[in-house]
Amino acid sequence: METFLVSFTFIIMSAIRIQTPLTIGALGGMFSEKSGVVNIAIEGLMLTGAFMAVVVSYVTGNAFFGVLGGVAAGTALSFVHALVSIRYKGNQTISGTAINILAASMTVYLMRLIFKTEGITPPVTKLPAWGIGNFSFNPVVYLSFLLVPVSWFVIYKTRFGLHIRAVGEHPQAADTMGIKVEKVRYLAVMISGALSGLAGSYLSLGDGDTFQRNMTSGRGFMALAVLIIGKWHPISIFIAAFLFALADAFQISIATVINIPNQITAMIPYVVTLIVLAGLIGKSVAPAAVGKPYNKGER
Amino acid sequence: MSQIAKKFEGVLTAATSVMMALLIGSIVLLVSGINPIAAYKALMFGAFGNLRNLFDTLGRATPIIFTGLAIGFAFRGGMFNIGAEGQLAAGALCAAIVGYALKVPMIIHLPVSIMAGMAGGMAWAAIPAVLRAKKGVHEVISTIMMNYVAIHLGGFMIEKLRTNEMPQTPDVLPTARLLKVSEISQAIKNTNLNLGFVIAVVCAVVLFIVINKTVFGYELRAMGFSPLAAEDAGISINKKIITVMLLSGMLAGLAGTERVLGVHRTYLSGISTNYGFEGIAVALLAKNNPVGIIFSAILFGALSSGGQYMSFETNASVDIVGIIQGLIILFAAISQAGEFMNFKRLFQSGKTTLPKAGEENVKGGK
Repeated sequence: METFLVSFTFIIMSAIRIQTPLTIGALGGMFSEKSGVVNIAIEGLMLTGAFMAVVVSYVTGNAFFGVLGGVAAGTALSFVHALVSIRYKGNQTISGTAINILAASMTVYLMRLIFKTEGITPPVTKLPAWGIGNFSFNPVVYLSFLLVPVSWFVIYKTRFGLHIRAVGEHPQAADTMGIKVEKVRYLAVMISGALSGLAGSYLSLGDGDTFQRNMTSGRGFMALAVLIIGKWHPISIFIAAFLFALADAFQISIATVINIPNQITAMIPYVVTLIVLAGLIGKSVAPAAVGKPYNKGER
Repeated sequence: MSQIAKKFEGVLTAATSVMMALLIGSIVLLVSGINPIAAYKALMFGAFGNLRNLFDTLGRATPIIFTGLAIGFAFRGGMFNIGAEGQLAAGALCAAIVGYALKVPMIIHLPVSIMAGMAGGMAWAAIPAVLRAKKGVHEVISTIMMNYVAIHLGGFMIEKLRTNEMPQTPDVLPTARLLKVSEISQAIKNTNLNLGFVIAVVCAVVLFIVINKTVFGYELRAMGFSPLAAEDAGISINKKIITVMLLSGMLAGLAGTERVLGVHRTYLSGISTNYGFEGIAVALLAKNNPVGIIFSAILFGALSSGGQYMSFETNASVDIVGIIQGLIILFAAISQAGEFMNFKRLFQSGKTTLPKAGEENVKGGK
């Protein structure tokens, strides 16, 4: 019974950690896509955020500045995505793919330049853990819980949120109402960059204390999946991220107990997600104008 | 706009993207204290400078032609197959197992192994296909999940089947191997170019004909352009979704087959070095045109083989090539939209042409 309780707490604790970058990344993607701009660049934005967080923490010796650096880098790179998608009306999937490729190479290029290493940076000051005894997490974990209601409030209860939804569902109508479609989309995409950068900072300064080549290893795409499973809604996104995290934490803990090859247990969270998708959740409907550049005068 | 001018436009936008990317790349090189002209000369030589380098470029392009075709074909039907990575692994695994386990003459063994690889990729795409058609599950999520399952399954099978300390499946028998050029001539060493390249080109040409000259292709383009209108016209969308995804998975499976039967002659973990995602870039750069994909894949192969030579010759880091690849795609997104430089206006066309089916739907991929 006691071991059961121990592993139960272990699972919950790890799930809380695993959901952090997924929830934050997916919430970021939500802002962008709610405004009508597809964001498959979460992966690259996260990676850039993770890298810059380490650089700033390395230079200043302060992990909180590091996180700010990660957020700033994510925001800056997302501006490129916004520029291509909104100003030049480029294909948003192509732009996102480009950002992902760019981020993967740029981070390694800069790592060589700044740290003179290729695979992994030297350890830097990491985020502290706050809490009581075993129940302690770094501040970004708490922030992830806070961001869920805050995002919900912003999207559904503020003027800005109304504008985001309006330009994502029906930009022509929004324009007629006097909403600056492009400006709202720029802001939304950059919020998504900031949050992806935050998620990345969690990986490099919260989970560990180094940056490694391609350290996001697909978490940005998982966040994208969480966003779609969560049907572009903050609360559902959180539930989706947490369920996935629980399944992942569960497979990590049983791999140590039961004699099953760990490659098989590692499949559990992904198979469970597929089954959940097939059985429980119906069609997810994206914001109506997602992916379409806005042209004035076109209807 | 005349047909020729229209075709030319695609090449022109791609060429502009490459030039712009190289321009910014040269700034990056300058910043890191490297002479860009020397670096690009080395890049060109490494990519096309002699027969070996050319063959190396084509060898590196081969898997990306397959994944590019897989993804471009799905895009044409309005679907975003982000799971080429997993389908590749599944195909590779099946080809590897049939390639070592079966003991029959080459004339049977090789085709059967190739078909096994195709079937593996197909099977891996079948689950997302059915989920999409029957349950409306978004293929972006399901194919991402299938990627992870494939990678772990591959790792598990390696553990099950390995015969020595090397983490890989037993070697594919000589009767199931695709011939490498380095096995014909001693003069051409260290390149992975094999018969798979020919298969890739044939696939591209066949796909081009299927998309542009057949009823199936017409219906596919109609579906990519507007699923609702296609359904009204009597096209069975759900059946098409399944067919397109299965064929897409088959092509991705061939990428894995080529790697196993032609290059490594075994299944090993990390068999795909991001081919699934490079395939997205290559398909988008070629606007999902199968013949165009051959060339955009060769461009990526050239950057990869040339980049290695460049970093060896000039001390420029290999990652600059990745930066250039990313920039090419970024500029392609801009120039294909025609807002930055209007090539249509350049050709003095007053007529507005309808966007080609598929292109429109790729935007967003949802």
